[in-house]
Amino acid sequence: MTRALVAEFDDADRFIAALKVSRAEGLEPVDALMPFHIPEAAKFLAGRSPPIRLIMAIAGFGMAILAYALQWYSAVVAYPIDSGGRPLNSWPIFVLVPFEVGILAASIAGFIAFIVGSGLPRLHHPLFAYPGIERTTQDRFFVLVARGDSDDADDRARRILFEAGAVSIGACEA
Amino acid sequence: MSLAIPSWRGAREAGPPLLPESATDASITAMIADPVLRGSAGRGWWIAMACAAPLALITVIAIARLFWSGIGLFGINATVVWGIPIANYVWWIGIGNAGTLISALLLLTRQQWRASINRFAEAMTLFAVCIAGLFPILHLGRPLYFYWLAPYPNTMTLWPQWRSALVWDFWAILSYLLFSIVFFYVGLIPDLAAFRDRSVSRRGRVIYGAFALGWRGSARQWRLHNVFYMAMAAIAVPLVCSVHSIVGLDFAASLMPGWQETIFPPYFVVGAMFSGFAMVVLLAAAIRWGFGFQNVLTVRHFEAMALIILASSLIMTLSYATEWFSGWYGGQAAERGEIAFAFAGAYAPLFWLQLVCNCVAPQILWWPRMRRNISALIAVSLAILAGMWFERILIIWNTLSHGYLPSMRRLFVPTLEDWLLLIAPLSLFAMLFLIFLRLLPAISIHEMRQLRHERSRP
Repeated sequence: MTRALVAEFDDADRFIAALKVSRAEGLEPVDALMPFHIPEAAKFLAGRSPPIRLIMAIAGFGMAILAYALQWYSAVVAYPIDSGGRPLNSWPIFVLVPFEVGILAASIAGFIAFIVGSGLPRLHHPLFAYPGIERTTQDRFFVLVARGDSDDADDRARRILFEAGAVSIGACEA
Repeated sequence: MSLAIPSWRGAREAGPPLLPESATDASITAMIADPVLRGSAGRGWWIAMACAAPLALITVIAIARLFWSGIGLFGINATVVWGIPIANYVWWIGIGNAGTLISALLLLTRQQWRASINRFAEAMTLFAVCIAGLFPILHLGRPLYFYWLAPYPNTMTLWPQWRSALVWDFWAILSYLLFSIVFFYVGLIPDLAAFRDRSVSRRGRVIYGAFALGWRGSARQWRLHNVFYMAMAAIAVPLVCSVHSIVGLDFAASLMPGWQETIFPPYFVVGAMFSGFAMVVLLAAAIRWGFGFQNVLTVRHFEAMALIILASSLIMTLSYATEWFSGWYGGQAAERGEIAFAFAGAYAPLFWLQLVCNCVAPQILWWPRMRRNISALIAVSLAILAGMWFERILIIWNTLSHGYLPSMRRLFVPTLEDWLLLIAPLSLFAMLFLIFLRLLPAISIHEMRQLRHERSRP
């Protein structure tokens, strides 16, 4: 649990500028909340994300191989049917099902990686108790900065955030 | 005559904008969310529901009747072994393919007008694929054994026949349906959170909150969301193409005249996009009128869709011509006979109607004024949806009624069950779509905000 200052912004550009200034001034932005995706925002925050695309690729190809192996086993070993002398391992036809289920597996694995990597599901978060935070899904932007060791450090952080255009600043546990 | 696809940049330079200049994040949210969360359904919605629901119930009755009596209720016979349910399947899966294809393709090609249409196009996909998935099961002789299509440990030590088109269909539809649900849901999560935070009732907050999974809109969540959503779009395109290609292969992998053609898979994919865009135009027009979304579903959106419909129509026409040419050029009597039968046989009036609907009617969209005329576009879309259904049914009827053995040639006569299962699912679709409109944002709120943000940047 981090004690943080929460600065509210009503404009995306001021919000990004505040993140930039916070980093430049030695503050530690711990989170940034926004009503839509702004690619630049994540650059100012620490932390690693799971490699979603790699996970999807591994799951997709893995499932495809498994599906092909299942078809091969059932058609060649477990239940061979001689259909007009066609090869038992009818590979051009056997790639259809692995292709479909491979993409399905990639999507499900990616979904799980996205959910876990995003820290979801978490129906209640301490941040939800902060007054006005619900506007982050409507039209407001919030920058969370880790609080300093002293009141002086907090005052400095507040001043920097106000100068960057914050419309309100408060404190919370996040 | 301008034929340039109205790109975002172009839209800013010329013509009305995709969003009103005065739009703010708050006004966009309120415009899309409040009719659902705070407004009443309105008379139009109730009238539409009152029309759709009883007819949707007929779908259930027709299916119950079919399960009780068997597939002898259909007009199929020993020659024309496939009938209206299979045509319906192909038609619905075509509509179903289009939503995800439209959403993913437009995302990958960075068409920003997509933001207004992708959500309901994806919903259209889900409902259409659910309906499509019913038909192969309804057409099974013993539908209660449909699960034999899946490999599972069984005391009979049986396995599915992997070379069977029915098995491909099973996996294609199942994979596509589940994939589309994930794609739709992921795009919806931030908007569900917006609904959670804007809902006026506790019930709304709890239900939308549970489905939003606790989304906070943090930069990290948005980044992962974007990476995953783009990756899903990238794999959606080959998936969609493969699903309708497999439907094409159901025919092309056979030995019947008029079916055994390599052009079928791509031609089916374009057909899906063609009919799908026609359905999207109809739904967009209905939503625009019903919710008063003139600001976000602008004439420019309709114009862009009209251009894609026009291009698809040209590709369809070329595909038809290629099909006839290769049938004739191949020199086989059966192939040539089948084509002659299509042009002048028992079903010829429907065939000519198909050509008028799919090839001729969309040509009015060469005129910019027609592309901007929503009534004209609705008329063309209705023609295309009818024309594409004629195409699906005629692919089946023409070939099966005019096979290799002249003594076996018979026609198909639709029965009451055929008609019920042709018309009633349309109402089921309408009913599901009406429910969607009352529960979820029909337009992606967060993407509209992003669009506004990008527009305001230099």
